[in-house]
Amino acid sequence: MIENDNLIHYLFRLGDNSLILGQRLAEWCSKGPTLEEDVALTNISLDNFGQARMIFSHLAEIENNGKTEDDYAFKRNEREFYNALIVERPNGHFGDTIARSFLFDAFQYHFYKELAKSNNEFLAALAAKSVKEVQYHVRHSGEWVVRLGDGTEESKEKIQESIDDLWEYTGDMFVTDTKIDELVKAGIAPDYKLIKENWTKTVEEVFYRATLKKPEDGYMQNGSLDGRHSEFLGHLLGDMQYLQRAYPDAEW
Amino acid sequence: MIENATMTGQELFDYKIENDLKIEPKDWMPEKYRMHLQRQMSQHAHSEIIGMQPEGNWILRAPSLRAKVILLAKVQDEAGHGQYLYSAAETLGKTRDEFIEELQSGKAKYSSIFNYPTLSWADMGAVGWLVDGAAIVNQVSLQRTSYGPYARAMVKICKEESFHQRQGYEIMAHMARGTAEQKEMAQDALNRFWWPSIMMFGPHDGDSPRTGNAMMWKIKRETNDDLRQQFIDKTVAQAELIGLTIPDPDLKWNEERGSYDFGAMDWDHFWDVVNGNGPCNKQRIEHHVKAHKDGSWVRKAANAYAEKNG
Repeated sequence: MIENDNLIHYLFRLGDNSLILGQRLAEWCSKGPTLEEDVALTNISLDNFGQARMIFSHLAEIENNGKTEDDYAFKRNEREFYNALIVERPNGHFGDTIARSFLFDAFQYHFYKELAKSNNEFLAALAAKSVKEVQYHVRHSGEWVVRLGDGTEESKEKIQESIDDLWEYTGDMFVTDTKIDELVKAGIAPDYKLIKENWTKTVEEVFYRATLKKPEDGYMQNGSLDGRHSEFLGHLLGDMQYLQRAYPDAEW
Repeated sequence: MIENATMTGQELFDYKIENDLKIEPKDWMPEKYRMHLQRQMSQHAHSEIIGMQPEGNWILRAPSLRAKVILLAKVQDEAGHGQYLYSAAETLGKTRDEFIEELQSGKAKYSSIFNYPTLSWADMGAVGWLVDGAAIVNQVSLQRTSYGPYARAMVKICKEESFHQRQGYEIMAHMARGTAEQKEMAQDALNRFWWPSIMMFGPHDGDSPRTGNAMMWKIKRETNDDLRQQFIDKTVAQAELIGLTIPDPDLKWNEERGSYDFGAMDWDHFWDVVNGNGPCNKQRIEHHVKAHKDGSWVRKAANAYAEKNG
């Protein structure tokens, strides 16, 4: 039963990562720098929503309390969300979005690669399916980091600043708590130290090609596993949950 | 077909039009035919792109995850349609950048229906059902248009549009049988979008100065009034089926014609909106211009990188 509680906690973490990033990327719709890029960003948004739905549907099965995927997305408050802090950062300009995507996609790619070996059947299947999608995401965001870094002087300055600004949110992606540590021990969750090593390699490779500097590790923000977020999350949820909250009796 | 070497460009063009053969980009064509198509096809592409905004307005607020991904995928399809259509229009000798400049300067138009705001979730139903529904009637007819690249783009687009229309109708149907508030939203959306939707087909044939040439060249295969009637005839029954009322007291089945008679459209209002005074004209163009400007440094960087790395 404790293992179940741990798993539920973990599924929230995973589902919320995908859901919140999906919602952020959807904000780009009709605002992309080119039509092709508009489609690419919203494609990645759709993949993230797909992953979130898979996870929340499974959560509903495990919790077995009559909830649906929509209850998890639309009827929880700020303090009940467990996504990593980086995914809720505002879109900013295109470079900010690309930097956020790249830092997270690189994590997500190495994470799913390891999670595919999980001895939990659902997580292994989720990871096997998602890793293919995320491989494309990290290639997309990574190539943009390279183009912007090695593009014009202006773009280099911008993307470097975006990366510098986001760096303090990267540590939180790798944070675990006692519940997750137990899942790691049980072979259900992957080893976060290994993921961090692999992530660092990918980041260094891409920054090298992009002629960008990797920021020094300074203070790292944290708290997301305890449901402590930035002020930005509440506004994102305010939009996302508006109809479900305003018309609680309605079915859509 | 016998392409006689002694035929002039004009004769060959006339022969092809008469025999329902497609005109292709490299064929000789009258300058007015080319200009008519550039105007119509770019307007069509711009409509797809500007049309992303009123629906994009509800993606973040979609009431279920399923509804959200359906809507997002739909808006993405529209971006894709814009891409095909710009590519098809580019075969006539102008670039996408030139077309976009014409859109942003106001020289080129887009469908006026997108100058109305989307005020409730039911509008996502109304837009899919009515606006895409009207677009399909027009586009099905354009599958037989005389310009090859345009006709082929229409075949591809029609397949996706009919999906969109069903999805929109599904939202309407669902809301119409939902709570009292949902039903009210659905009826209100129908009330606001009905007249602008039927005016999407353009002015009456007698008041449509370009229809003559367009019909002669088989760019247009059916007139505005014929297409409008087809749309009304198939949509009225759909509204009845889900218990919504078309906001036209003069709407009445005409046994003799085998069609619905309907009330007078407010063309003064239509032209006001076309000429820039709709509720969202400025907002739509400003949004497009802002995105384009904001993306300028990104496009420059991509070009610079491509040049350096050939």
